[in-house]
Amino acid sequence: MSGKGLFGRLWGKKTAETEPAAEVESEALGHAAEEASELAAAEGAVPPAAEPEAAGVPAEVAGNGWFARLKAGLSKSSSRLGQGLADLFTKRKLDDEALEELEDLLITTDLGVATARRVTERLAKTRFGQDVEPAEIKEALAEEVAGILAPVARPLVPDPARKPHVVLVVGVNGSGKTTTIGKLAKRFRDEGRSVTLAAGDTFRAAAVEQLKVWGERTGCPVVARDTGADAAGLAFDALAEARRRGDDLLFIDTAGRLQNKSDLMAELQKLVRVLKKQDETAPHDVLLVLDATVGQNAHSQVEVFKDMVAVTGLVLTKLDGTARGGVLVALAERFGLPVHAIGVGEQAADLRPFEASSFARSLVGLE
Amino acid sequence: MFESLSQRLSTVFDKLTGRGALSEADVGEALREVRVALLEADVALPVVKDFVARVKDRAVGQEVVKSVTPGQMVVKIVHDELVATLGTEGADLNLNAVPPVAVLMVGLQGSGKTTTSGKLAVRLKKDRKKVLLASLDVYRPAAQQQLEILARQAEVGSLPIVMGEMPVAIARRAMDVGRREGYDVVILDTAGRLHIDQELMAEVAQVRDAVKPTETLLVADAMIGQDAVTLAREFNEKVGVTGIVLTRVDGDARGGAALSMRAVTGRPIKFLGLGEKLDALEPFHPDRIAGRILGMGDIVSLVEKAMETVEQDEAERLAKRIEKGKFDLEDMLAQFRQVEKMGDLKGIISMLPGIGRLGDQLKDAKLDNKVVGRQKAIILSMTKAERKNPDLIKASRKRRIAAGSGGTVQDVNRLLKQYQQMADMMKKVGKLGQKGLMRHGLGGLLPPGMGKKFGR
Repeated sequence: MSGKGLFGRLWGKKTAETEPAAEVESEALGHAAEEASELAAAEGAVPPAAEPEAAGVPAEVAGNGWFARLKAGLSKSSSRLGQGLADLFTKRKLDDEALEELEDLLITTDLGVATARRVTERLAKTRFGQDVEPAEIKEALAEEVAGILAPVARPLVPDPARKPHVVLVVGVNGSGKTTTIGKLAKRFRDEGRSVTLAAGDTFRAAAVEQLKVWGERTGCPVVARDTGADAAGLAFDALAEARRRGDDLLFIDTAGRLQNKSDLMAELQKLVRVLKKQDETAPHDVLLVLDATVGQNAHSQVEVFKDMVAVTGLVLTKLDGTARGGVLVALAERFGLPVHAIGVGEQAADLRPFEASSFARSLVGLE
Repeated sequence: MFESLSQRLSTVFDKLTGRGALSEADVGEALREVRVALLEADVALPVVKDFVARVKDRAVGQEVVKSVTPGQMVVKIVHDELVATLGTEGADLNLNAVPPVAVLMVGLQGSGKTTTSGKLAVRLKKDRKKVLLASLDVYRPAAQQQLEILARQAEVGSLPIVMGEMPVAIARRAMDVGRREGYDVVILDTAGRLHIDQELMAEVAQVRDAVKPTETLLVADAMIGQDAVTLAREFNEKVGVTGIVLTRVDGDARGGAALSMRAVTGRPIKFLGLGEKLDALEPFHPDRIAGRILGMGDIVSLVEKAMETVEQDEAERLAKRIEKGKFDLEDMLAQFRQVEKMGDLKGIISMLPGIGRLGDQLKDAKLDNKVVGRQKAIILSMTKAERKNPDLIKASRKRRIAAGSGGTVQDVNRLLKQYQQMADMMKKVGKLGQKGLMRHGLGGLLPPGMGKKFGR
């Protein structure tokens, strides 16, 4: 894996001088982990063309495949971090230099400078000056991170009293809103709920068609108008239709928008106002979809979308790459918004509840 | 939540009173702030380290130019180095090959490949090229339709969709059609893929081997974080990248990824995506991105512009008066004239750091150069004595001045109030001495709340 070159080069330089043996050893370990994860990926992966089949697989059965996939995805993404840690702390004293390097490692997961500093400082309080082993320091680090994340790990729970429970899905362009809706629809359909989808992205070419495909896959009616139509009007109609049918859930897709475009944000506010004309309590959930590759701009995204449309929860997508989504830790510290789910692949079953400790452990390269 | 680099540096350098060459200690402390600023701008850590080391080499021992603070000096050095690293502008598409020239678009899911393909088509069409768009994205639902619609909007050719055809076959067919129908350029839009997805990376490599593209453009989102290095390296090693397109530059991300990807691949950044419309594609300007990454607006060009236009003796005369705690309406008039010389007021204010977030407020404020003209007219309607001693101006004088300047007494009152605020502030600045004025730079020359005042 040439991607290893990043840490190899970065940390290898230092460790190679003092501990050439450790470097070789951990490199070997890295390969083993890589092979294992590739195996797991092979087991779990379904060719994309076969996706509609996968959609028909019951949840429990798909669970195995998913776990393998999550592991594959996350362990790929974290193996380098894990290796970096291994290089760092093989028979080492936790001194200032080590802490600084640890902080740097956290920064490379997009944790952000301030959060990385706080986490390492807390670690230093209890363990400064001790001789530490990689496993021990990873455990401690995962614990710190999990402690921050635990309060925000809350699933999306539709209120059965609402017919429908309205979920508005927002985010910047390309973050994965439509795909996330498809996956969420699949999950709630599997639970036996009736779901309506509203193709509110009336701006992007073929976005409506994209959601329609998901509607077919998951057996959900899709309320749509032509590209260029008024999204608020469409949302109003979709809500009326879902109410008439007495559906359990209504997911409203929206066009991607950058948070600094005030006119587009105002449009979103209008959509919410229009919904409230029929149901004052709607939308019951407003999900902000974030791409795992996003860096510190995630702060601005959450801040603005929260201000404008009262975001109630986050979904982190594309966590199957090397991006680790560390910014989520900083967001949890700052905003405390629930993280409902993470997307770990392109299959319908690749959306899973967010679990603090497994996310934290994967982030630091455990498991 | 992000402080601009200039803010960070001013806190570091406020402690410094001495002038002369930048010492290693000064630079070291400043560079810690530079490091944090770059990391907050999402420049990848290994790239940051390398960059900071280079700046250090350049900065230590550097003479601080008279009339600039050490902080500004460091900003300038950092800025210049950033621009140098980001590369030169004007790297256009390389189409030097036998037509049809293949352009391959690659990148992660959701990075903006399809939209960028459409934008490139529009751009090439303007250069009188015959362009064919072909989507190889057989995975994302309706992706092929999306490109087809964009082709129609751009009024360029679109490869007919054959359901079930695989990417390599589509690519071959696109090139065949391109040859047969006399297209100049064939843009191949691939499916988004993760750089660690071996299977899909192999697939795009096969496409590359089949069509031998002249350009392989990596399309990446300006919001991307630390992973930019891995992404860029993997795509460059596995597929071979000839240029980078940075999208969503119209957002408020700092765009540090540009620096990371450029540093890792050595490939030029060719275009910036600046909006959802098909004409929102611009050639790359290193200056612009460097300023964003540092979060300092265009303070560097502001400083340069100021040095060019504000005459030195005028500035010195003003500085002396302020030092004595004197500031009258003549001085205010002189300032209005300087502001006018420096160009559009809105332009100047938007160049000031930290103003980006105030964008909306500024829009409301409706800043207008005409307002400056009106303010000038009011002062010009006063007698010399009045200008030197504004306390003289009472009711009847106000009426005369209002009539003389074609305004109302309220306008005169507003100007006098504004003058009072400025005078108060100048007194404070005066207490700091001339160095204080220089340190506050041009920001200190603008009255507080000027935007609001002028907006009436």
